[in-house]
Amino acid sequence: MHATSALTEADRLMTVCNSCRYCEGICAVFPAMEMRRAFSDGDLNYLANLCHSCGACYYDCQFSPPHEFNVNVPQVLAQVRSESYEAYAWPQFLSGSFQRNGLVISIVAALSVAAFVIGFVLFRDTSVLFGAHNGPGAFYKLMPHNEMAALFGAAFLYAIVAISMGVRNFWRDIGEPAGTLVQGSSLWQAIKDASTLRYLDGGGVGCMNEDEKPTDKRRLYHHFTFYGFMLCFASTSAATVYHYLGREAPYPWYDLPVVLGTLGGLGLIVGPIGLLREKFRRDPVLQDGKKYGMDVAFLAMLFMTSLTGMALLLLRATPAMGLTLALHIGIVFALFITMPYGKFVHGFYRFVALVRYAKERREL
Amino acid sequence: MLQRSSPAVAKAHVTQPLDPERRYDVLVIGGGNAALCAAISARRSGASVLVLEAAAHFYRGGNTRHTRNMRCAHDSATEILTGPYTEDEFWEDLKRVTQGHTDEELARYMIAESKDMLTWIVDQGVRFQPSLGGTLSLGRTNSFFLGGGRAMLNALYLTAERLGVEVRYDAEVIELEIENGMFLSATVKEASGTSTVRAAALVAASGGFEANIEWLKQGWGEIAENFLIRGTPYNRGTILRMLLDHQVKQIGDVTQCHAVAIDARAPKFDGGIITRLDCVIYGIVVNNQCQRFYDEGEDIWPKRYAIWGRLVAAQPDQIAYIIFDARSLELFMPSLFPPIRADSIEELATLLELDPAKLAETVSRFNAAVQPGTFDPDNPDDCATAGIRPAKTHWAREIDVGPFYAYPVRPGITFTYLGVKVNKEARMIMADGKQAVNMFAAGEIMAGNVLGQGYAAGIGMTIGSVFGRAAGRGAAKYARN
Ligand SMILES: Cc1cc2nc3c(=O)[nH]c(=O)nc-3n(C[C@H](O)[C@H](O)[C@H](O)COP(=O)(O)OP(=O)(O)OC[C@H]3O[C@@H](n4cnc5c(N)ncnc54)[C@H](O)[C@@H]3O)c2cc1C
Ligand code: SF4
Ligand code: SF4
Repeated sequence: MHATSALTEADRLMTVCNSCRYCEGICAVFPAMEMRRAFSDGDLNYLANLCHSCGACYYDCQFSPPHEFNVNVPQVLAQVRSESYEAYAWPQFLSGSFQRNGLVISIVAALSVAAFVIGFVLFRDTSVLFGAHNGPGAFYKLMPHNEMAALFGAAFLYAIVAISMGVRNFWRDIGEPAGTLVQGSSLWQAIKDASTLRYLDGGGVGCMNEDEKPTDKRRLYHHFTFYGFMLCFASTSAATVYHYLGREAPYPWYDLPVVLGTLGGLGLIVGPIGLLREKFRRDPVLQDGKKYGMDVAFLAMLFMTSLTGMALLLLRATPAMGLTLALHIGIVFALFITMPYGKFVHGFYRFVALVRYAKERREL
Repeated sequence: MLQRSSPAVAKAHVTQPLDPERRYDVLVIGGGNAALCAAISARRSGASVLVLEAAAHFYRGGNTRHTRNMRCAHDSATEILTGPYTEDEFWEDLKRVTQGHTDEELARYMIAESKDMLTWIVDQGVRFQPSLGGTLSLGRTNSFFLGGGRAMLNALYLTAERLGVEVRYDAEVIELEIENGMFLSATVKEASGTSTVRAAALVAASGGFEANIEWLKQGWGEIAENFLIRGTPYNRGTILRMLLDHQVKQIGDVTQCHAVAIDARAPKFDGGIITRLDCVIYGIVVNNQCQRFYDEGEDIWPKRYAIWGRLVAAQPDQIAYIIFDARSLELFMPSLFPPIRADSIEELATLLELDPAKLAETVSRFNAAVQPGTFDPDNPDDCATAGIRPAKTHWAREIDVGPFYAYPVRPGITFTYLGVKVNKEARMIMADGKQAVNMFAAGEIMAGNVLGQGYAAGIGMTIGSVFGRAAGRGAAKYARN
């Protein structure tokens, strides 16, 4: 017996696939499946998080609907995957946020932006809010650096703790010893597989999204998004270091934090737009319809983060700077605190699943 | 357990009505490997090509959808093949499995051409994978399609479409107009009605007749009612029938086909590869009288895989049961349907609706005959029986560790061999021995030219690809002259 109907269906499918194995060369899921003869909830959650949703095994399957065996691996694993996010969420009482995730994230984002606007209005003079500021320390007239660092540091720390607890829950559920996570070779293999999105390529020809033709560009857009995000992260880190070296923001356009941030920001605009576009075009049979909101909310948040960041760069010398700053850091704050309760977690679960897969492959 | 309610329906594909004025260079009937290879090669030779596929878009490609690999000769190991497989070795294998029932000239031609297929088929977008876990120890001789036959078809259709081949689905050909070995036109039935298609040359690549139980009965008698058809319900042999009726020379006889023993719980049609069972060698096989009837340990699977369909067909009610014990449960690939399980042989018999006393007696007689030996699940070992008939010559171990398991099996027909005679060009030969003017055939519909009986894994696709390419080339050449 399985905990949910999606898990029961995933078990049925893995039993079908295990007696077929035609897809074993496409991705990591099938070889991992072949190492098992029976599938516990933990096994299925592991396989579901290994799946990159490339769609190939649906269009390549001779038993996909309308065939009576009704094999739809991408859809069912997507369902199991999103249920697993909920099951592993920490603290558990917040797991409900995965239901109607789009709504939850929108509300948090709106409240967060409002809080910063109100905060600026209450605690700063409106002349400061709507004034034009120039030169070093301009942003900090609205919110002192230490306050900003403390607030965001805390939010970030919280996100890290909550996500780590979720990963811990996942790891226990799949029954993998903690030691695997510090195995150099497995980690390195997983880093390579994740950073190249090795399994988001339909087994070599490219992914399938709208139909059986491998015309999908999600891998490219995902690279834009992921590396854009990492560049933005690097930009913030560089700025923090600068600050403690005594150089205050804003920085000139050619300086490292701005260059990194601009490049990252462009990635975070192109990537999410591309991914959203592919999402709207995606064959509905591949999707877990219930989780549309979660995916869209996540992409929208990344996009908004970047858009407001770019706006800030352009408007930073104008009277609109104050509100733009409130908007930007409101969004970023919301992004941070909702990270453990949205699509963001997919990267972590998938990464550690790849670590386990690397280990299993080696031990074969 | 296997069915779920209302599967999501695949997208509808809209097509324009056929242009009645248009005369194509080449008409290809069918939508599987042979048809697509013919269509692509004809198009690459400069012909205008129309493909008529009886099945809907999702079911396009007949039995090719269910395939996994093809057998091609090659002189050295490659990324996907673990060692060389020379033309001579291929020929020796073919001669052995068919027991000489093959046309040597055609077979040798096919084998020689198969070498080139490894690259040609890749040039058409098909991808192979390195041989992995489920590849049945065929890693040296056979190339495995990455993602299986449907992935292979998707690639071929994409290439055909890009080259400008016109494909119509849900388009069954119901009549052929042929005069003195010359194809004139075909009548096609579509949702919108029937219409006539004219073309300068014809390639018939519409598969065998395995889904036509009535036809099977002509050779097998009433017992064919109890056969399961492993592949597409669309291969009813209607085109083959029309060609034979128009004096194309027949080759092979109606009972020759590839038949294996598959899980009796499989659907009547289209259950595909996953209903196979590869555990015969680890247990005993009894009929519904609880009698053994053949040496289960004769040879390693898959070499002997293809004889069990016929063996089971010869049993009462065309059913048999593979019986094994807990020690063997994990020695073979997991099955689609779980084995039937019981704590004692008698209880197992009851679940199978067999006579408990008789089954217990057969098992205990078998157990008593088992001689000591060293069991080796992967190679023919020295575990054999003594003093019973039929003997079990390898992997004979007592069936005495509970729980006990059984799989019910029935004959599963893979494909038929009776077909039309062709020459090396894949041109049809008429009953009077003359060559057809503009008619070519490829794939299952002419497999009997090479396969008089028996089977070597992966040869169905080789026949389709080699003769498909030749037929396309020949048809285009004829049409353009
Ligand atoms: C489960 C299974 C596994 C197999 N595995 C392998 C394998 O691994 N390797 C291998 O070499 N072989 C394998 N085979 C055998 C292989 O499938 C056949 O040899 C091969 O598909 C024959 O190709 P074909 O193009 O001639 O026929 P098919 O692929 O069967 O195509 C025939 C086509 O003709 C169409 N058609 C029929 N009648 C009409 C009509 N009147 N009008 C229009 N269209 C029509 C059908 O819809 C179909 O698309 C397997 C078969 C099965 C059932
Ligand atoms: S998805 Fe379909 S083709 Fe692929 S392994 Fe599963 S059953 Fe086989
Ligand atoms: S959708 Fe892609 S990644 Fe997921 S199981 Fe299928 S082939 Fe593998």
